Amino acid sequence: MRFMNDPPAAIEVHKLVREFRKGPRAVDEIDLAVRTGEIYGFLGPNGAGKSTTVLMLTTLLPPTSGYATVGGYDIVREGARVRAAIGAALQEAALDVILTGREHLMLQATLQGIPAKQRRVRAQALLERVGLAEAADRRVGGYSGGMKRRLDLALALVHEPRILFLDEPTTGLDLQSRAALWDEVARLAHDEGMTVFLTTQYLEEADALADRIGIIDHGKIVAEGTPAQLKAEIGSPSVEVTPVDPNAGGTLAELLSGFGAPQRNGRGSVTVQLPGGEAELAEIVRLLDSRQLRVESLQLHQPSLDDVFLAKTGRKLEGAGR
Amino acid sequence: MIRERSLLEQIGVVARRSAVATYRQRALLVFPMVFPLILFAINGSALSKATEIPGFPTSSYRAFLIAMPFVQGAMFVSISAGTSLARDIETGFLNRLALTPLRSEAMLVGQLGGAFVLGCVQAVVYLLVGFATGVGFASGAGGVLVLLLLSIAISFAFACLGGLLALRLGSGEAIQGIFPLLFVTLFLSSSTLPRNLIKAEWFREVATYNPVSYLLEGLRSLVITGWDAQALELAFGFALLLAVISLALSGTAMKSRLVRT
Repeated sequence: MRFMNDPPAAIEVHKLVREFRKGPRAVDEIDLAVRTGEIYGFLGPNGAGKSTTVLMLTTLLPPTSGYATVGGYDIVREGARVRAAIGAALQEAALDVILTGREHLMLQATLQGIPAKQRRVRAQALLERVGLAEAADRRVGGYSGGMKRRLDLALALVHEPRILFLDEPTTGLDLQSRAALWDEVARLAHDEGMTVFLTTQYLEEADALADRIGIIDHGKIVAEGTPAQLKAEIGSPSVEVTPVDPNAGGTLAELLSGFGAPQRNGRGSVTVQLPGGEAELAEIVRLLDSRQLRVESLQLHQPSLDDVFLAKTGRKLEGAGR
Repeated sequence: MIRERSLLEQIGVVARRSAVATYRQRALLVFPMVFPLILFAINGSALSKATEIPGFPTSSYRAFLIAMPFVQGAMFVSISAGTSLARDIETGFLNRLALTPLRSEAMLVGQLGGAFVLGCVQAVVYLLVGFATGVGFASGAGGVLVLLLLSIAISFAFACLGGLLALRLGSGEAIQGIFPLLFVTLFLSSSTLPRNLIKAEWFREVATYNPVSYLLEGLRSLVITGWDAQALELAFGFALLLAVISLALSGTAMKSRLVRT
């Protein structure tokens, strides 16, 4: 899959498959292409195949079949070149609790072949960049989850890769740490032109960060596009009306059926899709008023990625992997 | 300008990290070192009458027994090396290393750097304890040096075995579960009596086929016999064999554990 008039894709995947012994296909003939400088959000529940895809693209797991290039290099035949082009922060922050943050960076810089004179400078610059300069000489065992994730990111950047893989980088982080990491990832892509392949199970993360999103479920990509395109596919907004009297749900559903197929939510609440858009909201209010049906709340919902996920898989993303 | 480092440089870098991590975990250093000394103290006192058995090769039971802490300490080194490597597998640190230009051989041998440090420290401590308790060296000052070398070689060989177990099992708990089996090989050897004085035939037979006996006898020969070329050849030979077999099997295990393309 190549975009017309675009430079070669940073990541190109064609019918990639990974099967595990005695298990189903973890990744099932996926196709995708990530443009240079783009943040690609790979969204899906636990066990959908996100991490297996990342392991294959980072050369740590050979595919069963299919073909993929990263940075223009074949992931099977040119593993070493792929690794030189990428940085990766995998699912768990893989750190040695006995070493300090600075020691991690120095080790990584040495193994990446960065000359001795530059190592200390590079390590310090990265520590400052991810806000760990003060904690640099403390052992990682004492770091919070957010600090470990930031160090993980810094380690992935030591050799100035062109492509960055982040596998669920904010899982388990508090809101503040999550926001700080989002800012840094956005800056890397938008200011430095780095290509970012980001897996996540958080809708808001994909929505806030990704230029394009691929939704994966049971090893297959079920939808792909920009967040706006995906939401537009779902179409119109919906309105959720909750009556004061929970027993009035039936009457309410009957009234709203004139706008679309009503969906009963419990406690009398009814949701209905508005094919005519927000303009229909005023009509609903007038109708309810004229029938003297007292309403506790009336909420307009714009289509979300959760709706997209629901529409494509028949399930809500939250809890889908369980 | 980025350049790929040579194999030796890579081993050095990984070994340094392993050594620093081992040094900072005092429990890894102290407890495995103290336990063999406690057994040495107990057995050295409780079994001292063994020297009265006709044909016992020395009048000092401590001089006979001093080889045991060296080998027992080496066995602890195998657990320490194995659990460290298993921890790297479990935490994904091995995958982090795999994403760098680090070669598999360097990854494996370098990871044993901590074990090497531990082996060196233990050897010096046991030697000092031996001197402090009146153990003399029939082979003189040169023998002390050879004993240190042999002890480090044995520690390194057992560390290789620990590395192999880590790569095969991938779990620190599983490695610790195997430790009692290693211990059994020590007790079913000539650790407390010379083989020719073991009365029970089956025990003597097992001790004769048990390579641990030859590791002990090589170390012991320097203390109580002097220069015994055959004992030293067997001890160095078995240590080398254990290291080579473990490293070769580890190489295969590393390939299946780390399947980077």
